Amino acid sequence: MIQSLRFRAAVVSIAIFLAFIGVWHLATRQTLSVGTMSPEYAKLMGLTATSGKSAMPGPLDVGAKLWEHLKRPFYDNGPNDKGLGIQLAYSIGRVGLGYLIAVIVAIPLGFLIGMSPLMNKALDPFIQVLKPISPLAWMPLALYTIKDSSLSAIFVIFICSVWPMLLNTAFGVAAVRKEWINVARTLEVGTFRRAFTVILPAAAPTILTGMRISIGIAWLVIVAAEMLVGGTGIGYFVWNEWNNLSITNVIIAILLIGIVGMLLDQILARFTRMVTFPE
Amino acid sequence: MTTKFISIEGIAKRYPASSGNGATTIFEDLWLSMPSGEFGCIIGHSGCGKTTVLNILAGLDEPSEGTVIVDGQAISGTSLDRAVIFQSHALLPWLTVMGNIAYAVSSKWRKWDKAKVRAHAQTYIDKVGLTGSEHKRPSELSGGMKQRVGIARALSITPKIMLMDEPFSALDALTRGTLQDEVRRVTLETGQTTFMITHDVDEAMYLADKIFLMTNGPGAVLAEIVENPLPRDRSRIDLHKHPHYYALRNHIIDFLVTRSKTFTAATPHHDPRHVPVVRPAFPEAPTMPSLHSATR
Repeated sequence: MIQSLRFRAAVVSIAIFLAFIGVWHLATRQTLSVGTMSPEYAKLMGLTATSGKSAMPGPLDVGAKLWEHLKRPFYDNGPNDKGLGIQLAYSIGRVGLGYLIAVIVAIPLGFLIGMSPLMNKALDPFIQVLKPISPLAWMPLALYTIKDSSLSAIFVIFICSVWPMLLNTAFGVAAVRKEWINVARTLEVGTFRRAFTVILPAAAPTILTGMRISIGIAWLVIVAAEMLVGGTGIGYFVWNEWNNLSITNVIIAILLIGIVGMLLDQILARFTRMVTFPE
Repeated sequence: MTTKFISIEGIAKRYPASSGNGATTIFEDLWLSMPSGEFGCIIGHSGCGKTTVLNILAGLDEPSEGTVIVDGQAISGTSLDRAVIFQSHALLPWLTVMGNIAYAVSSKWRKWDKAKVRAHAQTYIDKVGLTGSEHKRPSELSGGMKQRVGIARALSITPKIMLMDEPFSALDALTRGTLQDEVRRVTLETGQTTFMITHDVDEAMYLADKIFLMTNGPGAVLAEIVENPLPRDRSRIDLHKHPHYYALRNHIIDFLVTRSKTFTAATPHHDPRHVPVVRPAFPEAPTMPSLHSATR
């Protein structure tokens, strides 16, 4: 039954995909009226003006270009012409580094906030003010203080991914069932061992959920951050190709951003499942 | 001194009133003692502070006044000498049965290696009849099996006292019966000093040597100590056929139904340090006509 449901769902998915491609193809195929012009002028104009081709690339153009990219993802022809693999690697590297620093800061701090009502109350106003700030608003300040655009991007990733992790860790730690804590207390388990053997496994699903939200936000923000700082990365690639008026490449980049984001989310989802326990 | 292995000396518990000043007294000036190897049972209505008494004994809660002395020492905080069996079993759901018990064992004997811890844990898993379920998670166990793990975990650290907070109240009647047998057997075998809270009269009569009757709270007092007149080798199946059974049962029921409400007013000179000890019994020798005489 479940097997057949999955099969039917797959059929519907493929049908939607094919319908989308079909509509896309039809919408971009139609030829526009071509005005008469002198051959010299026509040379200056693109295909849109001379042969009535739509300015929006069709699925076949995108497919062909994508295949070209996939064949050689890691070429490097200088600053503004690098393979998509290299651009994605730069972005993933920045996200990974900023995210890792956020994990290192947020989880111990979350433990402190969750275990100590005093720290919870003391730090709450700071968190409440800092949390809603758009990560990109930090960019000028980061550029001014760090004086390095690449490090500033990493800082922006850090600042945007730290909050969900911090809040979820604090909540998960504070919400550990009293009875489990009491078990540890009656067994004379010390604070340190209790944190690792009772509180950490009990709060792990909540913490991992926070980490999953964070990685999603970090991946959203990196594209915008790289558009600002420039140089390398998939965000910069999008902006660069927009300046080149290569809508095909922009579409390919959008597709890849989506796929990488999905993969990052799935990895965290798998970790979450690993630490989740049935009650 | 063996007669006062556990000695609760004049403890009180007060909570600050939610509005304005003053405090709500749950109970005060509570004195209670128990010798080693006995099974004691507190019985009383909800709100009389029975769970608080047990939590104070466990060290999970602190009395507002008074002290508790166990084995000649005033207690402070929790201790591995006092194991608790929680009402909700409180197993760690991310650990297996073996993991849960091994966690307790390795908490008590920190220098033991893994093999020794597991071997020790295994003996207690066997003792409560869970052999074969070592690698199951709590979510895969029935309520009764979960509570067996809770009992094994408490016994595995060989505590001086075992404290049970309504351990079987969440179980169905059949499972409850089997587990009561199990607890009775194990505590008799090991001479375990046990202190239990219940509101099940039959459970108290079957398991306890002494039953402590508490009046209704707030301001609850320990009204009476009932010595169990039933023989030590009693069994759950034919408990009710014993001649003293109804005397004991009626005494406790009477207390719970009426006297728990009226006790404080009816006995103004109640001395909490010298609580009356009663031993309800059938007044005369049993006069059950034998089958032989009935047919004649």
